[in-house]
Amino acid sequence: MAAPVTERQHGYISSTLAEARVNLEIETEGMTLNIGPQHPATHGTLRIVVKLDGEQIVSADPAPGYMHRGYEKLCEVRTYPQVNTLVNRLDWLSSFSNEVPFILAAEQLMGIEAPPRAQYIRTIFHELGRIANITLFLGEMGLQLGAMTALFYAFRDREHVLNLMEAVTGGRFHPNYDRIGGLKDDLPKGWIEETKAAMKKIRDFCDEMEGLVMGNEIFNARTRGIGVIPQHIALSYGLTGANARASGVDLDLRRDDKDIAMAWKHADFKVWTHPDGDSFARYWVRLQETRESTYIVDQLLDGLPSGPIMAKVPRIIKVPAGEAYVETENPLGWMGYYLVSKGDLGPFRCKIRTASFNNISVVPWVCKGVYVPDIVTILASLYFILGDIDR
Amino acid sequence: MSSAETETTETEDAPAKDEARDEVLALIKARLGDAVVGEHLIPGVDLWVRVSVAEWGAAARHLSEAGFTFFDYLCAVDWSLSPWGKSEEAVATPVAMPADPKDLEHGTTGGETRFQVLARVYSPQRKIGVHLKCDVPDDSLTVPTWTDTYLGADWHERETWEMYGVRFAGHPNLRNLYLPGDFEGHPGRKDFPLLARHVKPWPGLVDVEAMPGEPEEEEGATTDGEAEA
Repeated sequence: MAAPVTERQHGYISSTLAEARVNLEIETEGMTLNIGPQHPATHGTLRIVVKLDGEQIVSADPAPGYMHRGYEKLCEVRTYPQVNTLVNRLDWLSSFSNEVPFILAAEQLMGIEAPPRAQYIRTIFHELGRIANITLFLGEMGLQLGAMTALFYAFRDREHVLNLMEAVTGGRFHPNYDRIGGLKDDLPKGWIEETKAAMKKIRDFCDEMEGLVMGNEIFNARTRGIGVIPQHIALSYGLTGANARASGVDLDLRRDDKDIAMAWKHADFKVWTHPDGDSFARYWVRLQETRESTYIVDQLLDGLPSGPIMAKVPRIIKVPAGEAYVETENPLGWMGYYLVSKGDLGPFRCKIRTASFNNISVVPWVCKGVYVPDIVTILASLYFILGDIDR
Repeated sequence: MSSAETETTETEDAPAKDEARDEVLALIKARLGDAVVGEHLIPGVDLWVRVSVAEWGAAARHLSEAGFTFFDYLCAVDWSLSPWGKSEEAVATPVAMPADPKDLEHGTTGGETRFQVLARVYSPQRKIGVHLKCDVPDDSLTVPTWTDTYLGADWHERETWEMYGVRFAGHPNLRNLYLPGDFEGHPGRKDFPLLARHVKPWPGLVDVEAMPGEPEEEEGATTDGEAEA
């Protein structure tokens, strides 16, 4: 008699246990998780407050500001050449690119234009900055998804570009090379040949990444269809650069802004877009862009005019009163400076429109409903530099 | 995938005339009517339009409908003068501040209040951007929000709120973005002291002294710079 009862009991107990397990899986409690400020995926100190339901994200709220340096305020108490040093530290992977729109805005107010040779060299350095910046992204996104090798390759090949910058400007990261009216120095002897050789190496690196990262099955599984941003959302949030072009927004100021005093109009290049809008598309677009940049550099080096690299400017730079806004297509997206001058040595107001600020403001929208590991993919593929958000 | 070469030039190169921006200005005027209180067009460079604060939200909707779907940025400008001068000299000279905000020196398109809100939108089809400005009423310091038209205005308005203390009526979540929640004051304002400058004045003019061996130059005189370098 005892045996059947025990069996019944066992059956009962196991069935309730099973039910409890099911309940445990279905009825979940909300949980708040802090990603960052010191998380590797946040490239610095971006903190993201994530509300979770199980593995799924209910809301993600980025909390920037751990590195806010108040640049807009600091600009107001510095002279124009001093501000130039300051803005180097915004997007620190392509510092020269930060200087360009600021200098162009000041030049616009002063009514001067850099000589053609300076414009060419500026554009070449702008593109070298793009290559130095995006090369790191191409490796680093692999790292964040677990592919260690790609990062080392990226650092190895990025070095070629940094060496080129050092040869001209003396600075590997913060060149402070642009001047109102032109440039600090001309190119050293033999630099053009070395640059062309380096561009070849960067193209090889792109090929390598295409196979190593983009051809990887795990990479594909973790990026395709993850973090899809439709075109109208990208426009509404003001996403720029590769993030927008990966969503099918065909905008590139290098091509579209024809009035700007830069040499892009003399180069023939293609603006790559991708219709998908997912993390894979963002990686893909950036890879194509890096390759395209190397061709731009090659073309500009071939067409490099001779002549002075500095326009006639006063030694003490006083910018006439007025307002100007200039933006350029920087590696991370559009970067613009809204300058108000009152005829003094320094700007009265300097609003810095950075690309990462807008690019990261889309995170609450795009992270809704994704799973925890996808946050890393999305953050990596949106690609931000913290100095560019916090300013 | 791209139409790099198919786009024809829309912005005219002729400096005196800018048909594309003229057209945009006419379009904005047709849609907003009397709400446009100031305008400033630099041909081939930029277009600035000042609208009345009541129509600030409507202006965003109209521009969005007119194809300006790309939101670039939004910020505020404090036109008042810093009580500590321009920080250009070691000893700060006090600045005489006009009592009435109307007497402050405003930028392009003019202005009547201490604060102005400024935003830029862009048309992906026309490849042209427009700056919009509006005066922030001195008593309420409130302007309508843009978040219902442009999602990206969310963070920009939060930043403007904490830095300048300008409120955005209708913003769903107007709290500090960068600063801690209990931070007092609005650091972007001109009367918020930059303490680093008070502790140690900037030796700002040191690096513009005459180079050794060069005659002392008149301020504003032109040199060849480093053209021969």
